[in-house]
Amino acid sequence: MVRNSFDKELEQLQSLMVKMAGLVEESIENSVIALKKQDIELARQVYESDDTIDDLESKIEKICINLIARQQPLAKDLRAISTALKIITDMERIADQAADIAELTIRIAAMKYIKPLIDIPLMADLVKKMVIKSIDSYIKQDIILAKEVCDSDDEIDDLFSKIVLELINIMKNNPETVEQATDFMFVVKYLERIGDHATNIAEWVVFNVTGSHEHMA
Amino acid sequence: MTNDYTITTKNLNLFYGDFQALKNVSIDIPSNQVTAFIGPSGCGKSTFLKTLNRMNDLIPNVKITGEVYFDGLNVYKEYDIVELRKNIGMVFQKPNPFPMTIYDNIAYGPRIHGIKSKSKLDDIVENSLRNSALWDEVKDRLKQNALGLSGGQQQRLCIARVLAIEPEIVLMDEPTSALDPISTLKIEDLMEELKKNYTIIIVTHNMQQAARISDITAFFLHGEIVEFGNTNQLFSNPKDKRTEDYITGRFG
Repeated sequence: MVRNSFDKELEQLQSLMVKMAGLVEESIENSVIALKKQDIELARQVYESDDTIDDLESKIEKICINLIARQQPLAKDLRAISTALKIITDMERIADQAADIAELTIRIAAMKYIKPLIDIPLMADLVKKMVIKSIDSYIKQDIILAKEVCDSDDEIDDLFSKIVLELINIMKNNPETVEQATDFMFVVKYLERIGDHATNIAEWVVFNVTGSHEHMA
Repeated sequence: MTNDYTITTKNLNLFYGDFQALKNVSIDIPSNQVTAFIGPSGCGKSTFLKTLNRMNDLIPNVKITGEVYFDGLNVYKEYDIVELRKNIGMVFQKPNPFPMTIYDNIAYGPRIHGIKSKSKLDDIVENSLRNSALWDEVKDRLKQNALGLSGGQQQRLCIARVLAIEPEIVLMDEPTSALDPISTLKIEDLMEELKKNYTIIIVTHNMQQAARISDITAFFLHGEIVEFGNTNQLFSNPKDKRTEDYITGRFG
């Protein structure tokens, strides 16, 4: 075996990716729980962990750029590094949006919710599973799992339209709900975007394995 | 690792007759790292490398001003040349094994330095070959002529020969330019291993090689050091425009 030190650096990159993925997973999971339980403490925690994730993103970015500059990566090595560079942006955005949800959760935590949350947690759970699955597909380099992620994006989009319509109706019937309903509107928009980022991750996993990048959702 | 810098030069100038090949070179080379010198042909990088263990002593009309310190002592004033070269070994562009057995190639240096015990020499030969990642390939044919080895193996033998005298520094002047890509990568891996115990200073025409293996890089141009620093920094965001032009292939 040759190129030991390059392989070691690639392994280090991979383990940082796994670490970042774990933190992102935790963020989205906690942001959903905090929203459901109106848990300010947990929401704050999500909000604060965003900095750690941002730091990891720049650390990984630097490693990738140095590897490209110094190791002349080719074929699967080049794909692995480009994939990492692309995926961290999506992971960072997911964490940002989880933090945004946490921020809204804190804002409306003291109020009684205008409606029992049923579809939003349902959508949140689906999105969370999508994120977990996309990260899993990256770690295992499993394209079947990656394709499942892309397929579930339609379900998210349907729920999004359904919830938005429901919120519009609530606001029409009772203008006093506008403030909170708008916040929920943002929450579902963030969730919908997180689903898109999970899809992006899955698409990059397919690229990493097969060498071709297609938009699958 | 007794001190941070093993080699320090101060305002080093070197003339070949009227031609000034090095101009005021002042750098500190850290121990237990790989330091690479890059630059176009004739930029002075090999000349500079040779000043470190006084290989220029043999060239007529060479005049040197300024200082080179190795472990705090002046290389040109305070060292006996044999002692200096025992501590600063060198590997050259073309593998140059002696026309003798693999074993004798490695044992040659230690024997000259007075080691006679068979078992001690056996140990040195084995350890040196292990440390140069050649042992497994040659352990069953130590008594065969070294010239029968492949070019890549010969070069690792030359590295083993240097290691046998336990130097502190290993200078390498284009050590892989005569080797195939796989042998090259083997030597590169070896440098990564060796730096735990030695300080490696390498001159290379292959810029990508410097990028792959070195911790610190110096870019030479017209006898001067244009830029000297962390390899990551130098190859991803050089400070000097001339370095940028050279490493991006837009030179001249």
